[in-house]
Amino acid sequence: MDLSIFGYQFMQNAMLAAFLGGIACAVIGVFVVLLHMSFIGVAMSHAAFAGALFGLWVGINPLIMAFAFSLVAALVIGPLADRGELHPETSLGVIFSLMLGLAFLFLGLNPASRSTGLELLWGSILTVTHSDVLILAIVAVVVAGLVIAFFKEIQATIFNRNIALAVGLPATVIFYGVLFLTGATVTASLRSIGGLLIFSLILNPAAAAYQLTYNMKRMFIIAAAFGVLSGWIGLLFSYVFNLPSGATIVVMSSVIFLLSAIFSPKRKVKIWRRKPVEDLEVEK
Amino acid sequence: MIESFVIEIENAVVSYREDVALRGVSLKVRAGEFVGVIGPNGAGKTTLLTIVNGLGKLVNGRVIVLGKSVTNGGRHELRKQVGYVAQVDNIDPRMPMSVREVVMVGRYGVLGLFKRPGKHDWAIVDESLELVGMSHLAKRPIGHLSGGEQQRVSIARCLSQEPKIFLLDEPTASLDWKAQTEILELVKSIHDERHLTTLFVTHDLDALPHTCDRVVLMKEGLIFGEGTPDKLISAESLSRLYNLPQSVVEERHPHIHKRKS
Repeated sequence: MDLSIFGYQFMQNAMLAAFLGGIACAVIGVFVVLLHMSFIGVAMSHAAFAGALFGLWVGINPLIMAFAFSLVAALVIGPLADRGELHPETSLGVIFSLMLGLAFLFLGLNPASRSTGLELLWGSILTVTHSDVLILAIVAVVVAGLVIAFFKEIQATIFNRNIALAVGLPATVIFYGVLFLTGATVTASLRSIGGLLIFSLILNPAAAAYQLTYNMKRMFIIAAAFGVLSGWIGLLFSYVFNLPSGATIVVMSSVIFLLSAIFSPKRKVKIWRRKPVEDLEVEK
Repeated sequence: MIESFVIEIENAVVSYREDVALRGVSLKVRAGEFVGVIGPNGAGKTTLLTIVNGLGKLVNGRVIVLGKSVTNGGRHELRKQVGYVAQVDNIDPRMPMSVREVVMVGRYGVLGLFKRPGKHDWAIVDESLELVGMSHLAKRPIGHLSGGEQQRVSIARCLSQEPKIFLLDEPTASLDWKAQTEILELVKSIHDERHLTTLFVTHDLDALPHTCDRVVLMKEGLIFGEGTPDKLISAESLSRLYNLPQSVVEERHPHIHKRKS
């Protein structure tokens, strides 16, 4: 196999984008899995996509509009989900389909930039530019940095928001902060992974890590590793078999999830309960 | 000296959209008191607890806890001094946290932003687990514990917070009889040893510690009566509280009838 391709600038950019996007998406994914907000994430990523197309149509930077749309979606769904006024499936159904409808509406209104628009749908990691990588780097560093700095507040909020509030932690700020970061991550990954595919790169690595550990710190680290791995292996497959890279990355992340689910020690919970648990993977 | 109250609730009104949960409730609790709040489902008991730690929002009236008004500004500070054992929630069995980490959550508020738990904090956590008899499960994933065990862990979490006020919301609901008795004894002994002020909410008469200093009866968002358990808990007052004929109450709770006579 000829790997000289990795010497080219565009491939190095792609590898870097996969690395940074993989980390940011996977870390956000841990929140999505543990806070049971996958419906918010799906709706937000489609909103970002619709926003980007709107931006293309009216001639504003698509990434800015993507971010704005995803935040609006979060601000609409967040409080609804919060107060339990709408069932997740209901609000997802409404927002998700509306956003997809809007996306295709903007696409139809703007035939001139159809190919650019469609690229945002499934991404094009091989054509990412320096500035795309820079945006991804900023988002990845901010996301990872905030998780490290506020780990104990985050851990408490994930465990139970009411309890986090009751012990005097700003759990509501943390929750909306997570939604904000989700919007930023989705937006930054739009060019490389695409609006339709991004959510699986958010969900799958974290869902896979969730199968494998009872330690939250480790879950973040494993998820990030899986995210990067999905990106890199997916990229390699895409090159070797000449397939669309967004698709191979997503399929790779799904394969990792499937393997983790099959080999998950958590599936053996009942047997564990009867055995001494000293050797269990929970530290401190 | 004027009597000092740790909790002062004046004419509190709380409403969730169309429903009014509290319709003007006033209650004062002295330092060190153990107050039991009983009443049927939907009486506003949980809401009464949540306005003490500021989780519930007042539409009218005011609440002063530890000398400070429970308002938007100082709520986080106040909550650090109030331990809250909420009603049993279903915990995700795969939740990636150990029992010990969950108990540490109680210290997170006290610690403050950017501070990591140190040896001292872990020592408090271990001591709390020891006190509730859960040390042997410290390393287990929290989701693997039974309802009674999780309730003990909740109590340990509150202890690790080293609170001044202890709020308990149905701590014995859905527990078997033995676990109920044990939790009640545990709560009472903690209350005495740590000189706490305790509000204990329950819909279940049998779960009410008869060692309560005072009992508050609630119904339909109002306080229906208060006094010492012996005076207040009679077949007559219970029949009015639960809208049951007196004979039914006497039949179901013969000990209440006997104690009266």
